[in-house]
Amino acid sequence: MSFVKLTASALAISAVSATAAAARDQVQVAGSSTVLPYASIVAEAFGENFDFPTPVVESGGSSAGLKRFCEGVGENTIDIANASRKIKDKEIAACAENGVTDIIEVRIGYDGIVFASDINANSFEFTPADWFLALSDKVLVDGALADNPNTTWADVNADFPAVDIQAFIPGTKHGTREVFEDKVILAGCEETGAFEAFKEANGGDEKAAEKACIALRTDGKSVDIDGDYTETLARIESNKDGIGVFGLAFYENNTDKLQVATMSGVVPSTESIATGEYPVSRPLFFYIKKAHIGVIPGLKEYAEFFVADEVAGEDGPLAEYGLVADPELADTQEAVASEAVMGGNS
Amino acid sequence: MTDLSQSPAGAAPEPRKHGGSLLEQTPRTKRRNAAEKRFRAYGIAAIAAGLVMLLILVTTIVGKGTGAFQQTFVTLEVELLESKLDKKGERNIEDIKKVTTFGYAPIIKGAMEAAVAEYGIETSLKAKELAGILSKDVAAQLRDYVIANPDQIGQTVEFRFLASSRVDGYLKGRVTRDSIVNDKNISAEQLDLVDALAAAGVLEKTFNLDFITGADASDARPEAAGIGVSMLGSLFMMLVVLALALPIGVAASIYLEEFAPQNWLTDMIEVNISNLAAVPSIVFGILGLAVFINYMHLPTSAPLVGGLVLTLMTLPTIIISTRASLKAVPPSIRDAALGVGASKMQAVFHHVLPLAAPGILTGTIIGLAQALGETAPLLLIGMVGFIASNAPETIADGLLAPNSAMPAQIYEWAKRADPAFYERAWGGIIILLLFLVTMNTLAVILRRRFERRW
Repeated sequence: MSFVKLTASALAISAVSATAAAARDQVQVAGSSTVLPYASIVAEAFGENFDFPTPVVESGGSSAGLKRFCEGVGENTIDIANASRKIKDKEIAACAENGVTDIIEVRIGYDGIVFASDINANSFEFTPADWFLALSDKVLVDGALADNPNTTWADVNADFPAVDIQAFIPGTKHGTREVFEDKVILAGCEETGAFEAFKEANGGDEKAAEKACIALRTDGKSVDIDGDYTETLARIESNKDGIGVFGLAFYENNTDKLQVATMSGVVPSTESIATGEYPVSRPLFFYIKKAHIGVIPGLKEYAEFFVADEVAGEDGPLAEYGLVADPELADTQEAVASEAVMGGNS
Repeated sequence: MTDLSQSPAGAAPEPRKHGGSLLEQTPRTKRRNAAEKRFRAYGIAAIAAGLVMLLILVTTIVGKGTGAFQQTFVTLEVELLESKLDKKGERNIEDIKKVTTFGYAPIIKGAMEAAVAEYGIETSLKAKELAGILSKDVAAQLRDYVIANPDQIGQTVEFRFLASSRVDGYLKGRVTRDSIVNDKNISAEQLDLVDALAAAGVLEKTFNLDFITGADASDARPEAAGIGVSMLGSLFMMLVVLALALPIGVAASIYLEEFAPQNWLTDMIEVNISNLAAVPSIVFGILGLAVFINYMHLPTSAPLVGGLVLTLMTLPTIIISTRASLKAVPPSIRDAALGVGASKMQAVFHHVLPLAAPGILTGTIIGLAQALGETAPLLLIGMVGFIASNAPETIADGLLAPNSAMPAQIYEWAKRADPAFYERAWGGIIILLLFLVTMNTLAVILRRRFERRW
């Protein structure tokens, strides 16, 4: 029976090779889709310059990556999680529960978040208050909190054209969403005085007021995009009045289709983000399992290579692609070299 | 026999039973004929609509994807300076390896400056901007060459380099002087240089085999990306599917069709197999993640796991088609075999199975084609991302080392920021479609060639 033989040999081969695979020889990375381009640039250069195989970088979002990171220690768990936000205490606790205790945090640089519309549509000069008034669920109307009555940008700010509000913002699974809420919506909430009103309504509870501030309207003016920036771009191409939230690097690769809006009068660029003039930026991180260093070949070398001056520095390929170099890169290099874990050495 | 029901009172002066003259159509016949004509017109319209859609699809794919098979190359003379590449001059491979790709930047800049001087091109661009029209892949290409041929250090060697994706887009018409006004990756002056180099004959757009055979590249160098490694990933997955789904599927169908008693249990199994064939493929992906990766601890992103998941998905298709072709073999053949003293198993394996083989083969090929184009389950077992970067060296590597698959690679490219990746996604679709068309044609040919009718 040739079928039987074939099956038997196939199963035997896979069984034998499954045991052989236990010794994994490449670094495995997963996480934020914002960090993915940077991580893949580094992984590629790492594979070229070292005798280790090119690390594997999967995407899927910061939260999904950190969840997999915290699944445990061992060769069939990932070594590095990319994140476009800081790891949360809740996640550190989840990690610790599964035995992932010594985590090395590496900040690779900063990333700008820009607001862009179609190249042939209206141009905007936003302030955080404009975005709060356009997208929040409740705003101040004649000094009292009421459902958001604004339907066109002209309602929000008399200087804007009278086109319908249509914003495409990152969905809640993206790390970018949090930055958008913190640095734009919440800032606008405070600017317009709505924060005080929310605080009063919640009996002085600041946390509840913050939560109320970042509750966005659900009448279709604000659309959550769960996919990638390419999806946001497609939405804007089919709806010329739409305004989307993008990463700076994505915008810089598509300047023929998009025009960027200023925020508080500052044009976003790597320079204006580095100086801190442009307000909407956030640090990017990756997290390493210390327990895997020395077990997975090339892990530490990859981390050191990532933060090396010639890679993550001002003239490196990452800055060229759109990353804003970290002025404190030297500290990071030292921390990686000494394998300093979060919360001190344990 | 009465006409009462057919002709109510006063319908016609002369009661006609089945129409009058054959040469004249009655209104009823006319109506019936018209209805038939209308139906035919609907049918033709439906087919025409389908063909138009197909035409639009094919022209879009071909129009957007053919660009990926061509790439812009620059031919340059490069002086491999000993002072940069091997300071000690001992040609010790370890010393040469210490020079990273970043150390090759001055050499590339020098080569560009030399070319500008040689062809008498006037430009105010600085060396870094001159080198900016070349791909970031160039340094890696040079370093690989130097490590493989350390004796060439100090010599001047001619190389064929990839141009950057913006330059390539300019030659393909995707990038224009208007579209780069705000682009910080390329300037109008660099395009002038490109025009001059093209006029000098050192920069040209030619067929790009690397797209078909190469590995994926990072976001910084879309011009170097190829689909070859993920094609290998797909191949290994299909091998796993073939090696598992075919024997299991055929054995299951033979048992169910030829040996199993007809009772409620086999009925249940039958219903469930039909149901499984209709289960969305993403469900198999979740199942694969839970069983193969989380429980059995097989490696993530491995074609073996992808193959196992796709096996689950393909099994029902193979079982259903195999049972249908077993059923199509006339019972007289079985009876004749049993009549001359064959055992039931001999009857099945010596007579029924060979006659059913063409049908089984067709079903298998169509099942494989389905599995080849499947993306959804692969998302969940980690085969999407920057993964297809190392070509597997051994069969075990091919099965277990992380790899992507063609549809997953296309999905990944479509997500990336640089429009050059979008073009490659369409190019990948062309290759995938070629595979599918070939497999389906093979299935049709096999059926035509070996099918027997009774």
